[in-house]
Amino acid sequence: MNPFTYERASDTSAAIELAKGNAAARYLGGGTNLVDLMRETVERPEMLVDVTGLPRGIEPRADGGLLIGAAATNTALAADGHVRAHYPLLARAILAGASAQIRNMATVGGNILQRTRCRYFYDTAAACNKRQPGAGCDARDGFNRYHAILGASPACVATHPSDMCVALAALDATVHLDGPAGPRSIALSDLHRLPGDRPDIETELKAGELITAVELPPLLFARRSTYRKVRDRASYAFALVSVAAALDIDDSGVVRDVRLALGGVAHKPWRASAAEAALKGRPAGPESFRAAAEAELAAATGLRDNAFKIELAKRTIVAVLGELTGDDA
Amino acid sequence: MSMQSDSANTSANTLPGRWQPAVTQDPMLHKHGALGQPVSRIDGPLKVQGKAQFAAEFPYEGLCYAALAFSTVARGRITALDTAAAEAAPGVVLVMTHRNAPRMKAPSLMMSSPTAAGASDLPVMQDDEIHWNGQPIAVVLAETLEQADHAASLVRADYAPLPAVTSFDEAKKTPRQLDNILGQPPVVEIGDAEAALKAAAVQVDQIYRTPRHNHNAIELHAATVAWTGDELRVHDANQLLDLTAGQLADIFGLEPDKVRVSSPFVGGGFGGKCLWDHQILACAAAKLAGRPVRIMLSREGVFRIVGGRTLTEQRVALGAGTDGRLDALIHTGIVAMTTHNSCPEQFTFPARHLYAAKSIRLAQEVADMDMLANTFMRAPGESVGTFALECAIDELAEKLSLDPIELRRRIEPETDPTSGKPFSSRHLIDAYDKGAARFGWDRRNPKPRQRRDGEWLIGMGCATATYPYHRFPGGAARIRLTAGGQVTVSTAVHDMGMGTATAQAQHIAARLGVPIGNVTFEYGDTTLPRGVIAGGSTQTASIGGAVIAAAEVFVEELLKLAGNDSPLAGLSLAEVETRDGGIGHREDASRFESYESILRRSGRDELVCEAEAPPPAEMEAFSMHSYGAQFCEVRVSEITGEVRVSRFLGSFDAGRILNAKTATSQFKGGIIMGIGLALTEEANFDPRSGRIVNASLADYHVPVQMDVPAIEILYTDIPDPQAPMGARGIGEIGITGVGAAVANAVYNATGKRIRDLPITLDKLM
Repeated sequence: MNPFTYERASDTSAAIELAKGNAAARYLGGGTNLVDLMRETVERPEMLVDVTGLPRGIEPRADGGLLIGAAATNTALAADGHVRAHYPLLARAILAGASAQIRNMATVGGNILQRTRCRYFYDTAAACNKRQPGAGCDARDGFNRYHAILGASPACVATHPSDMCVALAALDATVHLDGPAGPRSIALSDLHRLPGDRPDIETELKAGELITAVELPPLLFARRSTYRKVRDRASYAFALVSVAAALDIDDSGVVRDVRLALGGVAHKPWRASAAEAALKGRPAGPESFRAAAEAELAAATGLRDNAFKIELAKRTIVAVLGELTGDDA
Repeated sequence: MSMQSDSANTSANTLPGRWQPAVTQDPMLHKHGALGQPVSRIDGPLKVQGKAQFAAEFPYEGLCYAALAFSTVARGRITALDTAAAEAAPGVVLVMTHRNAPRMKAPSLMMSSPTAAGASDLPVMQDDEIHWNGQPIAVVLAETLEQADHAASLVRADYAPLPAVTSFDEAKKTPRQLDNILGQPPVVEIGDAEAALKAAAVQVDQIYRTPRHNHNAIELHAATVAWTGDELRVHDANQLLDLTAGQLADIFGLEPDKVRVSSPFVGGGFGGKCLWDHQILACAAAKLAGRPVRIMLSREGVFRIVGGRTLTEQRVALGAGTDGRLDALIHTGIVAMTTHNSCPEQFTFPARHLYAAKSIRLAQEVADMDMLANTFMRAPGESVGTFALECAIDELAEKLSLDPIELRRRIEPETDPTSGKPFSSRHLIDAYDKGAARFGWDRRNPKPRQRRDGEWLIGMGCATATYPYHRFPGGAARIRLTAGGQVTVSTAVHDMGMGTATAQAQHIAARLGVPIGNVTFEYGDTTLPRGVIAGGSTQTASIGGAVIAAAEVFVEELLKLAGNDSPLAGLSLAEVETRDGGIGHREDASRFESYESILRRSGRDELVCEAEAPPPAEMEAFSMHSYGAQFCEVRVSEITGEVRVSRFLGSFDAGRILNAKTATSQFKGGIIMGIGLALTEEANFDPRSGRIVNASLADYHVPVQMDVPAIEILYTDIPDPQAPMGARGIGEIGITGVGAAVANAVYNATGKRIRDLPITLDKLM
């Protein structure tokens, strides 16, 4: 770990002021990922601005939505009564992630901005375009079981590791930012980027910008929603594939609306828009679920170790939608 | 005042009343009392209070902290090594590289001499040559651990690569046969097994593969070392104390008595807490700096410089008659190894002793790779060998339409199938019967895919566990009795968490006939009488042999002291027993004198006796092994292929159980590690670089709490008449057979045979 200075920000404007103009400054949430990366010398900040003292409230909005302070812990958000009642997929996604100890430390803002767990990114002896642009990618022909099947590029096949973000993507969450140029908002689905030829640039955040809050719009049918994570052990493992889904079926059994997002498959939380489009207006049943899954994964490509994830994603989508339909199949 | 007795020599063991291995039995074989009781760990309170001092917790004046920089190529020469930035970093005391390291002899390979402890015999930081990806290239000493870590990250090296073999597929094109496999022949042939296989009515012939595993004990490898002149003091996390001290003396050119190594507490050993580069480098750097040094590896560091279990590729071929009796048993294969170590992963060992077959062919080879020396890891050989063999037995049972337990009943041998020796004690079928009844084996449908709960297919499987009994000679024990009736037994052995000290305190209390509260068991320090290693499930029996010998001398000395004025007058060792805090005639309750009385009458305030264990003749005369029957129930998602172990039961035949509580924990721990072997564990060795990619606990998957169901443990508790206390070791058998039990259950659930571990979900989709 490199030496660094540590500042604790009293409020948002103080945090932004502390980090302003300092490319080597990083905002510090729970540190559950950033500090690991510092230990591996992948991140070498010269200054840490601790933002855990910033707003952490979880407040229902008049419109039925929810405003979540970026410093709220993962544990607090998963335990929140409003979240559990109105957005159960979010509570389940968070609880599927990490371990209880890590969730107690991790913040919502930090969870969103956590970086890939690609081991070649972590190992400074390996070639990684994300860590060192232009260096190459050892993952593409290496151990890539956890890597992307959608939206990858020749430069990078890493995945975004968050569970929470998959639920947020399905819920059309908005991320509120503040920074040297003032506050702004961006859809969660637009915040993370696909790798393209610059996998080192992972989000649309500008220099010095800070996530201050996440807002969930009301979504009545999210009461019927869930999150399923498929992984290599029962706990404390990143997703091979995960599915966040909410389903709205009318009285005749036709899909009125649906939200579907995938984790573990791409460089960003993957909103499954093609599947959603294929499902709307179709009868809720295994055949249309499978067709929707096929539509979403049509563009998927497999690497040496991860081609199974294409079929796994399809099956998990079908299973999750089936579960939400009340169909055991 | 004390008196020191001569060590018992071999001929003395023929004296009446002495235990003569293979000839007489340990007299306390059937004595109960403290033995077997579920006594809680003696060191438990210290550990839960944080008062147990581990290797990285010993304070020293002027202590500095070490961090390592590792090579990033598998083979080559260092052409440039830039340490300037590291040396200039805050708090740095010095940077040691091959350029300034003290000259040291290379370690000798373990078992090559009585003091050899080397996991590899490569010189340590003596030249510019790189032999594996992750080899230490620099040691940084600094005032704090953080400063050392930071400075180590600033060391830069350039390499001139040399051709490296980092692909197993390449390496196995030029296999090599070892002279011996841990002293056993690498090839065993009885009859013409290949011909018998071809002619057999029913055949199974399959290849099984197991991957590399890494040691991941919860305590990171650590040592605190200090020099005083030419005396070296090492606080280590260690499971072979005397060998480590002897080896360090040899490396640094010291008299053996100048090196003291202690290791009172170890946070898990499993074969990994032996002598690796970090202790040697810490001693060297401490010498160079003239200051005490603490080194604690990072988790990545453990993956880089502490070897693990090597990968195996095994063929098992079984030819049987329609009644199940084996015409041919073939178990052959190859493992990855290096030219600088000696750990052959003896996967053919189970097949040498388990089943009767008319013809047998067992052979194993190695494929040399440029990699970190692989090493012993809980049941080396047996853990992965039983995976292949016991899966094949299950496959054969299915082809024969026989219950797999019934098949094993039919191939149960009368005598050891390869050595022909009699078994000292073998109750494998009892273990199966007991386990099957308790587990509800009769509810298993032999046809796969017949049980389900929603998307979850449910299956049951079983497999044999086995591990050899072994007793190392050379260990000694000292008994000190004080006038107050307190007994201290001392020997330089190890407790890595398995409960050695607790079980031995029970043993000593029972053997000397004193309350356990009067017993102190001293261990973990090379200033004590020479001990044995804690490895190969040998330590308990080996200590037992030494304590028996010391106790015999103890009784003889007391009889001498008792003299003619004692009720014991004229009695010999063979006529007496220890009981009630003293010595009594075996058949005459009235002839008794307490230890305190004997000491008082002879005017002594203590008696000290020391003796060495008699040679392990029982191993020559008998085939001695522990056995077990592992039962597993799994649930497999038909959608995702995820496997969850829903029930597990291990039924063991491991001789006398010395402590029901710690033994059960040992068995369970082995089974949990076996669940990891079956389902999750694999070190990803990148064949392009020879580097382990998943060098962290986040990415190298050991089972977590949710992967482990309630585990039930049964045991026969039948004393082995040839073993001290009747006990065979139990540290390793728990992991054996688990891989096959899980794989066989997965087959029963899904109809899919997975022959390469770990059984990840993609293999079942």
